[in-house]
Amino acid sequence: MEPQLGLIEKSFDLRYSDLVREALDELPDCFTITDPCICGHPIVFASKGFLKMVGYSKDEVIGRNGRIFQGPETDRRSVMEIREAIREERAMEISLLNYRKDGTPFWMLFQMCPVFSKEDGRVINFVGVQVPILRKLRLSGNGIVRSEMSLRDAGNGARETVFRCCRREVCSDSILELGRVSCLESVSSNDDREVDNNEPCEASELEKTKAGTAISNILSVLTHYSELTGRLVCRKRYCLSGNGQLGASLNICLGRIKQSFVLTDALSPDMPIVYASEGFLKLTGYARHEVLGRNCRFLSGTDTDPTTQFQIKECIRSQQACTVRILNYRKDRTSFWNFLHISPVRNASGKVAFFVGIQIDDRCKNQETNGLSPEMRQLSVVGAVKVAVRSLSMGASTS
Amino acid sequence: MLTIKRVPTVVSNYQENGSSEDLKSKAHGCGRNCLGNCCLPASNLPLYVFKNAEHERVEGDIHGSCNGGCPQMSFLNNHLLGQWEDRMNRGLFRYDVTSCETKVIQGKYGFIAQLNEGRHLKKRPTEFRIDKVLQPFDENKFNFTKVGQEEVLFRFEPNKGKTSVYFPSSPVDLEKGSPSVIAINVSPIEYGHVLLIPRLPDRLPQRIDRDSLLLALHFAKEASDPFFRVAYNSLGAFATINHLHFQAYYLAVPFPIEKAPTCRTMSSKGPYETRVVVSKLLNYPVRGFVFEGGCKLHDLCDAVASSCISLQNNNIPFNLLISDRGKRIFLLPQCYAEKQARGEVNQELLDTQVNPAAWEISGHMVLKHRKDYDEASEQYALRLLAEVSLSEERFQEVKQLVREAANLQSDDEYNIMQQEARYDPVTTAQVASHLHQGCLVRH
Repeated sequence: MEPQLGLIEKSFDLRYSDLVREALDELPDCFTITDPCICGHPIVFASKGFLKMVGYSKDEVIGRNGRIFQGPETDRRSVMEIREAIREERAMEISLLNYRKDGTPFWMLFQMCPVFSKEDGRVINFVGVQVPILRKLRLSGNGIVRSEMSLRDAGNGARETVFRCCRREVCSDSILELGRVSCLESVSSNDDREVDNNEPCEASELEKTKAGTAISNILSVLTHYSELTGRLVCRKRYCLSGNGQLGASLNICLGRIKQSFVLTDALSPDMPIVYASEGFLKLTGYARHEVLGRNCRFLSGTDTDPTTQFQIKECIRSQQACTVRILNYRKDRTSFWNFLHISPVRNASGKVAFFVGIQIDDRCKNQETNGLSPEMRQLSVVGAVKVAVRSLSMGASTS
Repeated sequence: MLTIKRVPTVVSNYQENGSSEDLKSKAHGCGRNCLGNCCLPASNLPLYVFKNAEHERVEGDIHGSCNGGCPQMSFLNNHLLGQWEDRMNRGLFRYDVTSCETKVIQGKYGFIAQLNEGRHLKKRPTEFRIDKVLQPFDENKFNFTKVGQEEVLFRFEPNKGKTSVYFPSSPVDLEKGSPSVIAINVSPIEYGHVLLIPRLPDRLPQRIDRDSLLLALHFAKEASDPFFRVAYNSLGAFATINHLHFQAYYLAVPFPIEKAPTCRTMSSKGPYETRVVVSKLLNYPVRGFVFEGGCKLHDLCDAVASSCISLQNNNIPFNLLISDRGKRIFLLPQCYAEKQARGEVNQELLDTQVNPAAWEISGHMVLKHRKDYDEASEQYALRLLAEVSLSEERFQEVKQLVREAANLQSDDEYNIMQQEARYDPVTTAQVASHLHQGCLVRH
């Protein structure tokens, strides 16, 4: 995991300068920052408060995906809602059951907010704030409960109020102000049912405000420090992410594919690369920003057979899949035989929107892993890319 | 006897030859490399053995196929997608499904529509008996022993060992057991559309049994992809082939049914951690149940299987959707075919020629005509699905059947809260009036 960690810290520091961590560490809140452009959508920063809350160390969290805090009782629909918000690159808020390292579950209010690049509108990070929900409300029947908090009085010291009903006990261990609205619950007939964490929790207004404030503070810090590096971020998207840049959701989806491959834009002149996998960068020695926007021909060199290049061109023109063996060159100008498979990829309109090119270094060509031949591996990449592109371009998101 | 006329979907390139006349002429030998007694025993097929997780504790995502670092495509996914793409390149499908336009319909539910003119043949429709959910296997009708081996991706069977293993070529030995296979659907609804056929040579009719359902759950679990769902249609609920099979495909958007709010209605008895919870769908045009939970995979499987068997025995057609990697199972009793047979369905709906099976009820609709696709609206989908749903009265009867069959207890209906719901602040005055004064004690 070492190289991955290095990569993660580096990309975060590049955007915000290495001073940002200190500033973020000064915030008292529990929060994480994730990067959707890195494979696996990992956490790239976790606050001290967060680590304390979940009982993990920094090294156990950085580079992992947020799902490690979910567990058997975590509501699956809620997880799906988070996933959809990420895909649609929008903010959201939800109550969620999470698990600490020792396995104990706890309810928390989760508020998430995307961070956009000011320059091209791409989502650079997602900020996630977690506010533990202290008070559990049992919900049943028609009389749904809410507890109103008087914000004015929240700072005026605690006054605990406990209502005891002849059929139910309601406990409150957070602050309630007498005279304003208080707890009401309706009765459940299952009085003897044990208190369990699986019953859903609603956060109070205080908790929601706390989350919102934390988000604002974190974004202020990020915005400020992005100014130091010149790679500005902002809370709102200022321009539509165009120029063949893929949305965060497609990025995340493609990030699950380990093999070396690129996606080129079939509709743009000269078919620029719009996605390059980690595997591709590793194989060729280039950095991501050195390949995005360029046509693949930079991989060819002096001894590359022009007939093969022509063959590729023909297949692309006729929108056919093809497999060729072509001599390519890495950044350091060393050459390798590239067992290359290219296939057209259609989006939801049914028309070809991309070409996917999957590279196998000829030296590795005869390595079979788990009964999956390199050729099959290439085809599985084609399949995965086709599913991702088609599904994620189906348009109209719903409320 | 109630029947409807429909053009059956062609799922195999050998299906059209499945009439009795052709079969007689083939009686003396095949030479087609099929899956029948003539060819199967001597053949080699790829074999995927999965780790049998029946008695394992159902874990959260922490212990899933990834180590929490970078979730990769699962082992099964790699094979399934790779093999499917290979069959595409070999021209085995009747059309390229990715060239069919598709869209999410504007609206609250997010129904998914596809324009697929190539799926349905311009053929004479056949009569299907729809009033009997249990019908005996008929060797003379098309069944999966007639499928060519090139349409098989691989066998899918349990392993006693600790890992899943793939063998690119493994000899079929019928003495050792009846192979279960994954085959392509040559008229796919989406990319990766396959058929799971448990114990193919046993020629099981289309009906749910515990072991087959367990196989289907393992399939969903092993794929480990929330966008790879497995479904089942009973006879009378638009299954066209009376040879036990499930269907599955990839679609990386949530289905409307998966987004529907639910309300807990029953659960199994026993300690809390092991409970299977059954909820009913709310705010959804079709009434149905969602099964979740259970400590071990077989807990969930048993609950659903018993319920299905009860419905079958009571002649109630139903569809199943296995969602969320096998962790959520939708049980959807329906009555559309019966209504259609009685002439009770609006002609306009019938003209769209959409047969509401598992996928359609889940919110994925394939339309044959350009006009229907362009005009596809949420309203249309709701109208169609409203005809599918059982009435509340009938649904309650089914609920009792399920409760008895799966040995569940009725929970008082309480709402699983939607996080977006807003609640009006309750004033103190209202509090006081709601509860009996004598009950309130303040400290």
